[in-house]
Amino acid sequence: MTSAGQLRHATIVQGMNRMPGLLKLGSFLALLFLPALAMAAGGAEIQAMSVEYRDVPGIGSRNLVWVVAQQHLLLAGFVLGVPIFAWICELVGWKTKEQRYDKLAKEFTKLLTSAYATTALFGGILLFLLIGLYPKLMAYLTDMFFPSFLVYCLLFLLETATLYMYWYGWDYMQGNKKTFHLFLGFLLNLFALGIMIVPNSWATFQASPVVVGEGDAWARAWMAMQNPTWWPVNIHRLIANVVLGGFIVGAYAGVRYLLAVSREEREHYDWMGYVGNFIGVFGMLPLPFAGYWLMREVYQYNQQMGITLMGGFLAWLFILQAMLIGVLFLGANYYFWLGITHRIPGSEGQYKKPVMGMLIVLLLCLGVWMTPHSLVASLAEAQKMGGTHHPLLGVFGVMSAKMTVSNIMILVTFMSFIMYWRAGKQETAGWAKAAKAIMGALLVIAGIAVVVLGVWGYFVPAIIRINYFSVAQVLIVLFIMVTFTPLTALLMKSAKTTTEMVWGKMPIRAGYSLVLNAVMVILLMSLMGYARSSSRVHWHIYGVMRDTSDYAYSPALGYAAAFMSLNTFVFCLIVAFIFWVATLGDKAKAQPPKGSPVDIPGHTAPAMAGGAPSSGEKLE
Amino acid sequence: MKGPIISGAIILAGMFIFLKFLLPLVTAPLPASLIYLYLALVLSGILIYGTMSASSLEAMMGPVFRFLSGKGQTGASQMARLAVLVMFPLLVGWQTYSRLVPSDLPPAENRTIHPAPPGEFVGLSNPYPKTPENIMMGKGLYAAYCSPCHGANYDGKGPAAPGFNPPPANFSDPGTIAQLQEAYLFWRIKKGGVGLPVEGMPWKSAMPRWEDELPEEFIWKIIMGEYDGAHQTPRTWEEEE
Repeated sequence: MTSAGQLRHATIVQGMNRMPGLLKLGSFLALLFLPALAMAAGGAEIQAMSVEYRDVPGIGSRNLVWVVAQQHLLLAGFVLGVPIFAWICELVGWKTKEQRYDKLAKEFTKLLTSAYATTALFGGILLFLLIGLYPKLMAYLTDMFFPSFLVYCLLFLLETATLYMYWYGWDYMQGNKKTFHLFLGFLLNLFALGIMIVPNSWATFQASPVVVGEGDAWARAWMAMQNPTWWPVNIHRLIANVVLGGFIVGAYAGVRYLLAVSREEREHYDWMGYVGNFIGVFGMLPLPFAGYWLMREVYQYNQQMGITLMGGFLAWLFILQAMLIGVLFLGANYYFWLGITHRIPGSEGQYKKPVMGMLIVLLLCLGVWMTPHSLVASLAEAQKMGGTHHPLLGVFGVMSAKMTVSNIMILVTFMSFIMYWRAGKQETAGWAKAAKAIMGALLVIAGIAVVVLGVWGYFVPAIIRINYFSVAQVLIVLFIMVTFTPLTALLMKSAKTTTEMVWGKMPIRAGYSLVLNAVMVILLMSLMGYARSSSRVHWHIYGVMRDTSDYAYSPALGYAAAFMSLNTFVFCLIVAFIFWVATLGDKAKAQPPKGSPVDIPGHTAPAMAGGAPSSGEKLE
Repeated sequence: MKGPIISGAIILAGMFIFLKFLLPLVTAPLPASLIYLYLALVLSGILIYGTMSASSLEAMMGPVFRFLSGKGQTGASQMARLAVLVMFPLLVGWQTYSRLVPSDLPPAENRTIHPAPPGEFVGLSNPYPKTPENIMMGKGLYAAYCSPCHGANYDGKGPAAPGFNPPPANFSDPGTIAQLQEAYLFWRIKKGGVGLPVEGMPWKSAMPRWEDELPEEFIWKIIMGEYDGAHQTPRTWEEEE
């Protein structure tokens, strides 16, 4: 602080001694924040003395920030996504009085508490790196957003305190106190939402800055926060965090399942893997819609940025995205289908044909989604095609086709789940036949309508397609989901179970597919995070503050892809380490006393090493 | 080896024949990158379906494991196994070599067709009203300046088109000008191939820099005539009344 600032401070302290209590408290808070505000105000002099950039030898400042920011964001995504479904799971357990849901919710929260400190650690490292390596940018952002920094700190304190109470009070707050514990879970999610949306505003301001008018620091920060991509990113990230959390939890359960040696463990982690996959899939279904909205806002904000992303040099990332989402859809459906085949004995033959049909539709859709508008072709191939657009398959390269197939893939995945839900049960309601016929007819009509709108989209102006046809496609799919779910629930309520579902009998490849899904979603978030950030090209703040560092260029796509892979690998290592540490206690508890025999024969080896729930039985 | 392995191999081979030889009978040949992509999808489908249950997994992978393990093999099957174990690494080596060996052929490119326009061209709108006279004038200018390459039918098949590789854009394809705003076309016509940014190099465009020849009014009217002639509408954020 400057000497003038110190003098001002001393005068205020003297004045406080003559104030009444409440005013004193208010003044104390103001005093607490005043030095920082004074620093921000006097930033110009300090800035003049300081350097604009610092570099890190070897790796380079940009790459270092890239890795640390990505780790922080992925960890934060997990930490903010898990409380949502942990709380829902606890709520279900409380409502249904089924203890297993409460146990599962507690296990989710255990993973959350383990990852929380590491997330904060990476956040701190990122902050120090940004202040040290990009002082000019940080000075600008601090000047613009300082009041929101204070809100963020407050939210962080509240979140941490609530998490402590939520986790450590779990066993204590049972019975009559459960409702309070649920309220804590609600608060945890509320603060988590705040923790996510406040920094989102800083990042989205960098991509889509707005003109900030006159006003005090709070008003200016609020104006800057309300930039065009803030809420689309908030919604997109909120859903993506649930997906990330679901699939990581699924992967955790998959690994624990592969390592399980007792029947009880296998059953529990098989079920946990199913829940994780279910959460991931259900989050994934609305995600393309949120992504579509975000891209629409980007285009509307700045056509140049939109074209860089979806038509320019970053457009190839969207083809990679299609591949990764495709693998994710296939992986998630594969897990559902394995569940039908292995958890419901005798159902293999019954569902063979529908599974094949769904697989073919998914692959056809994926083929369309992955087909680029401009194909990778040699000169000779391009000459034969008459350019880099294929005359026939080139039509798959535009948004009308992509929207259509993504909607159909969502429909198929939803139907996979419905099929799983109904497997092994016989409807007894008198109206079951009629309901099933209506559902079948609706599904066919919906599928046809989505395709017709997709084809029609080629013959209308883009704005009609974007504003009406694409929205109609989304609404059709949502209509199917919101009508089929309660209808199936009603049907299942009175249904007779013909074959009891058996947990713990999944083959080992089911565990691996859960891990694959988690890796895909991490890679996907690294990829699209890079795309969003890179769309600013050579600007720190788009159109406002130019990047004048040595790194004011976009890396080649291959180089960027290698970094995304590195980030994914490092994140997997971190998560594996955290979970390993978190479960050390469980392992110690699970160890039988020295000299005592293993309780069940045949349970001496984990599934991945060929062990099985009962002797003579082998998991393929 | 029979059953799912043979069926899978037949499906893969059938798909390859369809994409490589049959489809080009009705349309242009597909680039190798796309054929590999579709074959990879088919292969993943075969593997997913084949590993769905214990019995299907055994039917598909059992013979492979038994063949590769060499248990109880004698005579011809033993020789076949040895041949596979020798040939497979050689095949991988040959593939790697042929990919990396220096060649005088240009590599396959992931060309960026629509690079972002410079800031000064973003948000421009056609200053001339869409009247029949203006459209007619635009079509006339198009016929004089653009149709030799882009074709009288706006399909990229003008008399000069065969001389260019890649060929001129086909405006009647809904994947070209219908995806773009008028301002984008204005930039591309005005600055031509030499005005393209470094983003997504290498560029191969013989489009002339028309700002040297035509006033801006002509360019805007050509755009108008181009959309009308190709039966396309420009991308806008406002719906036409």
